[in-house]
Amino acid sequence: MADETIHELTAAYALDALDEGERDAYEEHLATCERCRDELGTLSEATAALAYGVETPLPPPSLRGRILEEAAAERTNVVPLRRRPAFRAVAGVAAVAAGLAIGFGIWAATLHDRLGDERSASAQLRAALAVLGDTQARRISLGAKGSLVVTPSGEAALVTNRLPAAPAGKTYEAWVIRGGKPEPAGLMRGGHSIDVLKLKRPVPAHASVAVTVEPRRGSKSPTTLPILRGRA
Amino acid sequence: MRTSEVTRELAHLSDEAVVALMARSHDVALAELYDRFGRVAWGLALRVLRDEALAEDAVQEAFLTAWRTASRFVPERGSARNWLLTLVHRRAVDLVRREERRRAEPLEAAAEPAGAKGADDDALLRLERERVQGALAQLPDQQREALELAYYGGFSQSELAERLGQPLGTIKSRMFSGLARLHELLREPAPEREPWRTRPSTS
Repeated sequence: MADETIHELTAAYALDALDEGERDAYEEHLATCERCRDELGTLSEATAALAYGVETPLPPPSLRGRILEEAAAERTNVVPLRRRPAFRAVAGVAAVAAGLAIGFGIWAATLHDRLGDERSASAQLRAALAVLGDTQARRISLGAKGSLVVTPSGEAALVTNRLPAAPAGKTYEAWVIRGGKPEPAGLMRGGHSIDVLKLKRPVPAHASVAVTVEPRRGSKSPTTLPILRGRA
Repeated sequence: MRTSEVTRELAHLSDEAVVALMARSHDVALAELYDRFGRVAWGLALRVLRDEALAEDAVQEAFLTAWRTASRFVPERGSARNWLLTLVHRRAVDLVRREERRRAEPLEAAAEPAGAKGADDDALLRLERERVQGALAQLPDQQREALELAYYGGFSQSELAERLGQPLGTIKSRMFSGLARLHELLREPAPEREPWRTRPSTS
């Protein structure tokens, strides 16, 4: 894209009216163009005002708690990675993903694709990759459709192969079962050739892990029969 | 409740200070940020997505992105409020573009104001909304149309050029002129820029 043209994208960028390729190109340009940064600063004030131009009904009361709960869970999972500068954290993820090429064959290529998809390399995925990258971790087969990777401390990640996207209004929910009692361990949507979920609960020796289909916000205990199951 | 007591303690801090605390993993700072902007974030996501389940996803993901990336927030580049609302808006736009059904709907649907859903409306939010809508109303029709379809409808500039049957350059210049004019119109001081102070957290 010619440099003169790219300056003209500032307003569209401020409105989020660029498609993904254009957005990336513009952000690259922004890093080197003071004129655009200044202009964007001004135009962004106007777009933030537009946000206040909408009706503001009260959000669902449960939303606040869900956000805080999820944030607290992430903090305990990912503290070591979060504390690094951003670019090093991303490099770390890439290195872990590359390491998988040795241990887990074809997974790495697919994971690289997924990392590209998720521009923010989500904390959940980083936590899962930390488990997958642990050289002491054991891999437990859950049949053809998935496996479980468990570190010596019990941190676990679930990896599924070609799990179809969950039906509308539904989600996949993982369970850690101890003494016959299933406890919720995280939600996933499926739909990729590989899906990775860092379990929210540790998986001690002799515990089982199962995956069921549940309503989209998850359930407190399983309401359907497991589609995947295995014992640590 | 402990959380809401601590949240009130943060009420005197600037948005930027709250984000700085969040960067150090203080979850009460995240709660404070939600109490300040959760309602506007929800209204915005709902306007773009017009689906409560998707709007919940957008707001949740945006606040969690803020939580994860707070340490990269640079106050010199803009306010914390702009930063957060940009995260919400971008997430909503990404989601709406993935929703095939929106593609089939007529353009007008995106530009129509949402119905009067704000039964439990907040007076200061309403004043701010009237101020913004008043400024929008003063723009030339074509500029207002471009801003509303892009920002509230989630249409990209190329989609707009195609749907409105105009050259891309025309769409770009309508967006630019519209935003620049809107900025001028809104420069007159707002009646009150800190609406959260009148609504102590009740959770």
